[in-house]
Amino acid sequence: MENPKIKIENLNLHFGNQHILKDVNLEIPKNKITVILGPSGCGKTTLLRTLNRLSELNTEAKIKGTIRIDGSDILNTNEDVTVIRKKMGLLAQRPYPLPMSIYNNVAYGLKISGRQKKKYLDKRIEHYLRQVNLWDEVKDRLKDPASALSIGQQQRLCLARGLAVDPQIILADEPTSALDPISSQMIEEKFVELSSNYTLVLVTHILRQARHIADHVVFMYLGEIVEQGSAKDFFENPQQERTKAYLQGQFY
Amino acid sequence: MKKFAKYEEWFFKGLMYLSTLSIGLVLFVILFSVLYTGLPYLSWEMISSIPEGGYYYGKSGGILNAIIGSLYLSLGSTALAFIVGMPLAMFMNIHLVRNTKFVSGIRFILDLLWGVPSIVYGAFAFTIMIYFGLKTSLLAGIVTVSLFILPIVVRAIDEVLMTVPRGLFESALSLGSTKSEIAYRIMFKQCFPGIITAILLSFGRGIGDAASILFTTGYTDYIPTSLGEQTATLPLAIFFQLSSPIPEVRGRAYAASIILILIILIISLLSRYFTKRYEKNKINF
Ligand SMILES: Nc1ncnc2c1ncn2[C@@H]1O[C@H](COP(=O)(O)OP(=O)(O)OP(=O)(O)O)[C@@H](O)[C@H]1O
Ligand SMILES: [Mg+2]
Repeated sequence: MENPKIKIENLNLHFGNQHILKDVNLEIPKNKITVILGPSGCGKTTLLRTLNRLSELNTEAKIKGTIRIDGSDILNTNEDVTVIRKKMGLLAQRPYPLPMSIYNNVAYGLKISGRQKKKYLDKRIEHYLRQVNLWDEVKDRLKDPASALSIGQQQRLCLARGLAVDPQIILADEPTSALDPISSQMIEEKFVELSSNYTLVLVTHILRQARHIADHVVFMYLGEIVEQGSAKDFFENPQQERTKAYLQGQFY
Repeated sequence: MKKFAKYEEWFFKGLMYLSTLSIGLVLFVILFSVLYTGLPYLSWEMISSIPEGGYYYGKSGGILNAIIGSLYLSLGSTALAFIVGMPLAMFMNIHLVRNTKFVSGIRFILDLLWGVPSIVYGAFAFTIMIYFGLKTSLLAGIVTVSLFILPIVVRAIDEVLMTVPRGLFESALSLGSTKSEIAYRIMFKQCFPGIITAILLSFGRGIGDAASILFTTGYTDYIPTSLGEQTATLPLAIFFQLSSPIPEVRGRAYAASIILILIILIISLLSRYFTKRYEKNKINF
């Protein structure tokens, strides 16, 4: 692959004496949607959380290997971890809005980066809320607490909030699993749109969703990468027996 | 089987009613006896003037000195305990997330300190004051009481911070927040109502405690004008008056108790009002 956005080499992760990620080698293409598939418990979430260095919050975690973003290692570096995290937006399985107004949720990332001017903030916040199709629904109640939104709206708000930090990469861990079909579709369409400017890594259990939006697919099983390739190759012509079995729905 | 489940349900329901009732009854009896004995002695003079000569023998005057003294003392010590305790609670829950063993060690020590009777804090402070040749004063009282309520503040705030879901904490981290930004922009907002409750709890303990100030604040008939002066306090005013042989004076002790209860009531209502206004931003997970 030429110029992968993320290049993972020999990544091993242990929680205590459990070997969770086993010798993971992976290249994630720039400005494409990479979907990670695999049965429950195979380490997808752990891999995603290792990318933005949340895994290391676990006292038990031991992490070895390298993860390069645009060629520079983010695991073994002296660079401030907050700077690294700002390069990636994380969309979790369920939305966690911040305990403040809708406006301030989106403004948060801008404010901690030192942008304070109200005019500037107003403009950017409208921009990001429009980007996730939320503006029309909330423009009259920006000062309301974020908790007043529906779950689907909260998830879009969280996406807007992540975009406001101006990341290059968006990590999403089953972002539609708590959402209704319409909201899910909205998020899927957004992802396709965003993939022209952002590198997306999406974990999902929904094969239909994967077929629908993936450019590149990674299949994991028990902490190992079993197979990876372009979406077309992966779905039409899987190489490994375990991949075939998974795609036929033989295990989840 | 079905019948048994029904009886079981009745039994536990009955138990719940019974315990609710007995708590209510105890509270009522306490309030009633205090009000019954104290109300006849409660007067405007009592809360608006300082003791005049012979007040403790039933002559005229009031206990404004003790009211103001108690307010100074408990506000000062609550503020001091909060200023020290809040960062400690944040530190335990945010900076030490990776260090669970160390944090549970701190919790254990704080719980021990919480259980230490306040007279021990008073005795400890008294020893130190003698060692350094310090006189009893408002400041000494504030420091002693704040030591005594510090474990309460820290653990109460700590318990609230622990309810913040991991996901919120991690969302904030993944937005690139530093730990102090998480502490003061997110955890504080999410936990604001609980933090107020924690402050109230310790304020209540501080204003009502007599043992920790017995040796440290002294007692005077005047309203203190500086931290270095001695001060009267409500618990000690109650204590001294209650041990009097004169019925009039003993009645005033109950009236002073009513004032103490009223102060706590007013503070509770005020903080309720203010937390309501801020609670709207709290996310209920
Ligand atoms: N904090 C933790 N401490 C110890 N073990 C953990 C921890 N988190 C996850 N694990 C283990 O790591 C393995 C991978 O978990 P992970 O959450 O990454 O799976 P997943 O592929 O995301 O599964 P799912 O599809 O169900 O979300 C599991 O065996 C799990 O038990
Ligand atoms: Mg998962």
